[in-house]
Amino acid sequence: MNSTPAIELKNITKTFGSVVANKNVCLEVRKGEILSILGENGSGKTTLMNMISGIYFPDEGQIFVDGKEVVIRSPRDAFDHKIGMIHQHFKLVDVFSAAENIILGLDDEKKFDIKEVEKKVAEITERYGFSLDPAKKIYEMAVSEKQTVEIIRVLYREADILILDEPTAVLTPQEAKKLFAVLRRMRDDGKAIIIITHKLHEVLSLSDRVTVLRKGEYIGTVNTSEADEKSLTEMMVGKKVELNIERDEPKNISPRLVVENVNCVNREGVNLLNDVSFTAYSGEILGIAGIAGSGQRELLESIAGLQKLYGGKIIYNNPKTGKSEDLRDKTPQQIRELGVRLSFVPEDRLGMGLVGNMDIVDNMMLRSYRKGKGIFLHRTGPKNLAEEIIKQLEVVTPGASTPVRRLSGGNVQKVLVGREIASSPKVLMAAYPVRGLDINSAYTIYNLLNEQKRKGTAVIFVGEDLDVLLELCDRIVVLCAGSISGIVDARTTTKEEIGILMTKSKGAEINE
Amino acid sequence: MNNKKHRRVHEPFATVVKRDGMIWYKAWGVRLLAIALALCVCSVVLVVLTGMLGNVYNPIEIFAAMFKGNFGTSRKVWNTLHDMALLLCISLAVTPAFKMKFWNIGAEGQTLIGGLCAAACMRYMGASVPPALMIPVMTVVCILSGVIWGIIPAFFKAKYNTNETLFTLMMNYVAMQLVRVMIAIWVPSGSGILQAMKVGRLPVLFGIRPLFNIIVVAVLTVGMFVYLKYSKHGYEISVVGESENTARYIGINVKKVILRTMALSGGLCGLAGMLIVAGTDYTVASGSAGGMGFTAIMVSWLAKFNPIVMVLTSLLIVFFEGGASEIATAFRLNQSIADIVTGIILFFIIGSEFFVNYKINFRSHKNHKEV
Repeated sequence: MNSTPAIELKNITKTFGSVVANKNVCLEVRKGEILSILGENGSGKTTLMNMISGIYFPDEGQIFVDGKEVVIRSPRDAFDHKIGMIHQHFKLVDVFSAAENIILGLDDEKKFDIKEVEKKVAEITERYGFSLDPAKKIYEMAVSEKQTVEIIRVLYREADILILDEPTAVLTPQEAKKLFAVLRRMRDDGKAIIIITHKLHEVLSLSDRVTVLRKGEYIGTVNTSEADEKSLTEMMVGKKVELNIERDEPKNISPRLVVENVNCVNREGVNLLNDVSFTAYSGEILGIAGIAGSGQRELLESIAGLQKLYGGKIIYNNPKTGKSEDLRDKTPQQIRELGVRLSFVPEDRLGMGLVGNMDIVDNMMLRSYRKGKGIFLHRTGPKNLAEEIIKQLEVVTPGASTPVRRLSGGNVQKVLVGREIASSPKVLMAAYPVRGLDINSAYTIYNLLNEQKRKGTAVIFVGEDLDVLLELCDRIVVLCAGSISGIVDARTTTKEEIGILMTKSKGAEINE
Repeated sequence: MNNKKHRRVHEPFATVVKRDGMIWYKAWGVRLLAIALALCVCSVVLVVLTGMLGNVYNPIEIFAAMFKGNFGTSRKVWNTLHDMALLLCISLAVTPAFKMKFWNIGAEGQTLIGGLCAAACMRYMGASVPPALMIPVMTVVCILSGVIWGIIPAFFKAKYNTNETLFTLMMNYVAMQLVRVMIAIWVPSGSGILQAMKVGRLPVLFGIRPLFNIIVVAVLTVGMFVYLKYSKHGYEISVVGESENTARYIGINVKKVILRTMALSGGLCGLAGMLIVAGTDYTVASGSAGGMGFTAIMVSWLAKFNPIVMVLTSLLIVFFEGGASEIATAFRLNQSIADIVTGIILFFIIGSEFFVNYKINFRSHKNHKEV
């Protein structure tokens, strides 16, 4: 009807410390259209949407709603401008009913009348084709029902601009289909819908236009009708960048860790790992690529004995004794007692790998404090190790007795990797070991991983930067929604091939 | 930095930033300053309040009386030290639990149940069993009773993840009612007051009654310090408290640590109950623990769970409590005024920790001039 976009962003920039999350991003959504925002992990999609919904405030740039410039300082401001966001992680009160959650925080200065609310909810569900029992408690609901509550909560506030952050991540293909039907009906009703996703087939089948972000920067907007998987992948991953990371040919390889048909389910009953099978060989670096939350964490935690598995085997071939051990359903302590030399650099460095408030010496001791006789701790060994690591890895710290949380990200990571390598592992797993690190620290970590590879360790490297994965690893396992969508040779594959594997979910395969 | 559109309008007036850690002497400076400020505010309040009551007292006189009330005579010194020792003992008991982030607010009940067991031992064994045997038996029984009181909520926490705060709190009332029941059985007259018992008392050293308890607590203080800082158990407590995820990651059995630590915490409380009942009171009542189970949390927290620093913080609290009741009697003021003084001082001391840990940045005026 009119050409004024429902919402328009101009030159939005947001930085967190020295990290630029969004840089000069422009975007517009018209009424009655679905816009997809496409991008890899860390490309700044969620940050951008959080600025529209009032969770963050942009450092620079302007936001226009219906052609007027607005200042959105809080989620309430966003609601006043009829913007509603459906978060990836639901923000619902478990013990409340759907209707109670829907009106939560709403201040319309009317008397609270649950009947009235239920009537209005029924109207909305009928209009857009949802199904929901407003009296049902959240804790009794399946994931898709919870999502329905979130969407209705936004519609109840008469939002005209809806933002959905990876709405299909938690849904089965059938549920996703239903959701898309609802979204199309909303679009036809004149609402502006933004959907954040990295599943290409969804983008292509659902949206009218696609905006692509890469590393916080705006790449471009295209009409979906003029795009295909290949062109979108190219926009998303960009051109290959040469990094010059050294890579030797693997020597004396033998199967060290054999993962067979591993399955894992979360609390809500969603499958996190589906029949994952692969072999990690000694003397090679095995990369694991995938969109964030595709099961990387669960996979590594399964191997480390931190996840309960439903089926499958994890076989460790001990090079010393020649024996094979099944690590499934063993605690980390039991795994160590079997003589398995497994080291793990987890993604959450200060929340899992280290204790932020403890000093470097005490953090060294995490792995070794049980050693030695008696009830007392033996700090001499860890102290020497701490000093050695500080010296060899050039950790910048006032001393070994500084709490690790006061170190910079790169130095924290050196402490953690240093400790894990110190126990001369036979399998070394590292999850996003260079995330947030400066170039020099990142190369230090690459060198350490290469050194372990030369020593005959089976290194498993979970990464997000495809350029790094392509240059550092020997083979790459690509995960997509908990399943392996491909295992490729890092020397011959291309960025585009991995990009397509990463976004190829099972639903898409069925269609083909 | 081209055509930068600065929109500083939205910057708040002041922001609070966590400090990276203050140098120790600066931190203590802040704390001393807080006490000085607290005394100034107290002076004003006292002058105004006493003025309203008719007599204006010089605040310095009042503070001098507080000091005299605690340290005026050698008997008063011993009493102060003894109160402090008991409070410290319970504080030591709650420390491992709190360090593990297990909110044990049931020290009151754990102490009381220990005291009740001590009274039972005195009553049933005091006259018939020689002290050399009776005291060790009583010690074991009291510690065990505290262990049971502590381990019940820990078990449910470890097994079913119940809320330990509510659970330990409710265990307090169970202990209190149990004491009332036992007294009703022991005192047929129905007066509800158990007379001081003559038998089964803890030994009096050098004719000074509080000395035995003080020595026991001094040993416990050093022991707890070493346990937390140098033992493998203590290390596990720190890791579980700081991050349960890290504990799982390195293979610590979190449930086991919770149970073991609460057994220790409860056991020490039980021992404190015995020191109270068999060492000083020689009787038990539902108020025998006197709220120390709660005050102890403050002592422990203020000392940042360091048992040696807790000697100071427990002295501080005992000093103000004792001083406040002294001025209430000496100046014929109401006990509430004493409580007000204690409240103001604690408010300042606890408040000072905010300034030790955080820094307040005000919006700088420079930005305004640039715009």
